[in-house]
Amino acid sequence: MFQLSETHEMLRKTCRDLADKELAPKAAHHDEKHLFPGEQVSKLRDLGLMGVAVSPEDGGSGLDNLAYAIAMEEISRGCASTGVVMSVNNSLYCDPVMRFANAEQKKIWLEPFASGQKLGCFALSEPGNGSDAGAARCIAEQDGDEWILNGTKAWITNGYEADAAIVFATTDRSMKHKGISAFLVPMPTPGLSLGKKEDKLGIRASSTCNLIFEDCRIPAENMLGEPGMGFKIAMGTLDGGRIGIAGQALGIAQAAFEAAVGYAKEREAFGKPISGLQAIQFKLADMATRIESARLLTWKAACLKDSGARYTKEAAMAKLVASEASTYVAHQAIQVFGGNGYVTEYPVERYYRDARITEIYEGTSEIQRVVIASQVLKSMS
Amino acid sequence: MFLNLPYSFSDEERMIHDAAASFASSEVAPSAMSRDAEHRFPVELLKPLAELGFFGIKVPSEHGGVGSNTVSYAIALAKLAEACASTCVTVAVCNLFADVLSHFANEEQRERYLKPYLRGKLGAGTFCLSEPGNGSDASAMKTSATLDGDTYILNGAKQWITNGAFAKAHIVFAKTAPELGKKGISAFIVDADSDGVSVGYPERKMGLCSSNTVGLTFDNVLVPAANRIGEEGMGYRIALANLDGGRIGIAAQAVGIAYSALQEGLRYASERKVFNQRIVDFQASQFAIADAACDIERSWLLTMQAAVARDTTGKSARLSSMAKLTASESACRVADAMLQLHGGYGYVEDYAIERLYRDARVTRIYEGASEIQRLVIARDILS
Ligand SMILES: Cc1cc2nc3c(=O)[nH]c(=O)nc-3n(C[C@H](O)[C@H](O)[C@H](O)COP(=O)(O)OP(=O)(O)OC[C@H]3O[C@@H](n4cnc5c(N)ncnc54)[C@H](O)[C@@H]3O)c2cc1C
Ligand SMILES: Cc1cc2nc3c(=O)[nH]c(=O)nc-3n(C[C@H](O)[C@H](O)[C@H](O)COP(=O)(O)OP(=O)(O)OC[C@H]3O[C@@H](n4cnc5c(N)ncnc54)[C@H](O)[C@@H]3O)c2cc1C
Repeated sequence: MFQLSETHEMLRKTCRDLADKELAPKAAHHDEKHLFPGEQVSKLRDLGLMGVAVSPEDGGSGLDNLAYAIAMEEISRGCASTGVVMSVNNSLYCDPVMRFANAEQKKIWLEPFASGQKLGCFALSEPGNGSDAGAARCIAEQDGDEWILNGTKAWITNGYEADAAIVFATTDRSMKHKGISAFLVPMPTPGLSLGKKEDKLGIRASSTCNLIFEDCRIPAENMLGEPGMGFKIAMGTLDGGRIGIAGQALGIAQAAFEAAVGYAKEREAFGKPISGLQAIQFKLADMATRIESARLLTWKAACLKDSGARYTKEAAMAKLVASEASTYVAHQAIQVFGGNGYVTEYPVERYYRDARITEIYEGTSEIQRVVIASQVLKSMS
Repeated sequence: MFLNLPYSFSDEERMIHDAAASFASSEVAPSAMSRDAEHRFPVELLKPLAELGFFGIKVPSEHGGVGSNTVSYAIALAKLAEACASTCVTVAVCNLFADVLSHFANEEQRERYLKPYLRGKLGAGTFCLSEPGNGSDASAMKTSATLDGDTYILNGAKQWITNGAFAKAHIVFAKTAPELGKKGISAFIVDADSDGVSVGYPERKMGLCSSNTVGLTFDNVLVPAANRIGEEGMGYRIALANLDGGRIGIAAQAVGIAYSALQEGLRYASERKVFNQRIVDFQASQFAIADAACDIERSWLLTMQAAVARDTTGKSARLSSMAKLTASESACRVADAMLQLHGGYGYVEDYAIERLYRDARVTRIYEGASEIQRLVIARDILS
């Protein structure tokens, strides 16, 4: 069913080599020191991975979403933090700009980002609301040919390094979520300050912080799409983003699985390699099976997106199954490693910490289930 | 649901889907519940199924089959299982019988057995491998066949034989050279009416109650050497040859059962009200539905991925086992969760979910138990 084309196979191999040579060897260091993997991200840029599915006219690589999913997996297999930096720029920043920006906006706000010269971020969540993004409290008021933004956005990935943010703010409170609009905000800019860098459980090489807007003025032409379209833009964006996070989750799972297989073959207990024990073999079989099925779901969602079909349900399934497979596989990998799984000399404890975020951001597992159930029920009636 | 995949189905695959869907809903589904309750084999369906080509979906047309592929086979089994898992397993074993003859029988054997069989003239087919003392470890079989002139004398007992009481010919595996272990096993076509063949009582099973499962005993049964399939010692190879394909079939059966269970759950939960709310309006129900939908989707993707791999490369051991393992475990989870949505009504025979729950269970056992699938996958990983 899925027989990858030559282009996809080549991309996969290129990304895999990059991950093995450039990302994996530094991942532990970046994690420990909470260091942004700047050099690594520039390597992704050189390979065209910062705008995988953006057309070449707009600075991207002009590949499809299947390619994006595959690249996300391979990059995250080397370093999940680098993976999230890539995914935010690709699917949370470039994708909505590509779909909703006008030609003039695209020159400024898309080209340099899709080509990787600049880095984007996506500011939807707030301290008071994450899953319930329609409850956004940030406001934007028009003043002549400017918008004045006030409020705080929370958990913003790439916040410290980004050159621009898509910011969602309410322009008409009476319309509730239909009164939310999207804005292209340059960074840095007067009136916008960054909160402290969050100290996180995992993906510690990526920055996460609050964006604090205090009478932050931006030109009127920086609105993305029409007034009131913000919520729709955000939700559509997250559908695509979920394919990327599914890819990230797969990459972490694959790394943990490979580590477990390698360790199981070498480690001896009671005079024999532990890979000869059925309890270990069954773990490996279950890990591989969950990864395989999650990968097929991810590719299916990507292919649907590429074909122009609806893919909300499939993307939610891919994200849910892949993220839960990822935490499961990382958990089992630690088990295979025994005590060595619990210390930083081996990478599996990092995989375990990194995997955990995939069940939370871009819609928690609970939100994916809400989305899937509503789609299933809708298709019934 | 079954055709909604990033795969361009051929006209033939679509036609087989449509034929299976229409036969399943008009001929199979209506009697599924009563046949289950009465433990009644769908003997009246055998001829129409054979005539529609459902006994030899993968058998090349020059051998009298449909000449299609594993993808079509999986789709047909899933559609049949959606209507009735018992009819599905009946058909699965019928195809296995035909596939063995098509691959390994000589021309004379094909003329005598395969062609009439595919036209519905020999009843159902069987595959007699398991014995009372051995299932997972088939090579430990005790049934023996001793050559005497140009006749083999067959002795032993086979267990769990699907379709056993409704077949006019059996494929039986027996040891012709016990000292050679696996390499001493041979395969035979045994006429059901031969002297010395006796059919045991149908097993009283917890599920698949409308399928026929019996023990067969062979007491000095004379089998002409001309009825040996392939060479002496090829039996184990013959038994394993269709394993990957068979597992894909059972994976498809499990997906069909699970899909049917989800439909039952959705229907019941949308109608019944408690605490002034439909059951489906509770978030806990919705989460069960979401998990079931994911389980079904990933099982079907693995099944089709395995089927396509088998059709295009001939190699699918790992994927077949992954599909069988995932689909069967999923089917049990889904049936359980959907039964839960029914509350007490799920526990009584008036609702189809009760049967689906019982039927799902066997998919984790036959054609290689889940543990055996894990061993196959692990072996592949570690090699
Ligand atoms: C490292 C990191 C990076 C992030 N990056 C970004 C980013 O770049 N941009 C951005 O905008 N956001 C980002 N986020 C925010 C992320 O998307 C939110 O954390 C997430 O959506 C959950 O929101 P919340 O944390 O407010 O949890 P809440 O919404 O408060 O949820 C708490 C719990 O309640 C459950 N829950 C909520 N609603 C429901 C419901 N309807 N039904 C059932 N259960 C429910 C949740 O599943 C969860 O278990 C990031 C978060 C983290 C941790
Ligand atoms: C309804 C039904 C129809 C069937 N139809 C047919 C048919 O048509 N033809 C036919 O030949 N057979 C048929 N079978 C038999 C079926 O294939 C066997 O039941 C199956 O292979 C399991 O063998 P067993 O029952 O002897 O269990 P056993 O092999 O005794 O296994 C018992 C338990 O031990 C576990 N186990 C065994 N070996 C290992 C191992 N190496 N590692 C870990 N765990 C292990 C198994 O997984 C299982 O949990 C049918 C069975 C049923 C129930």
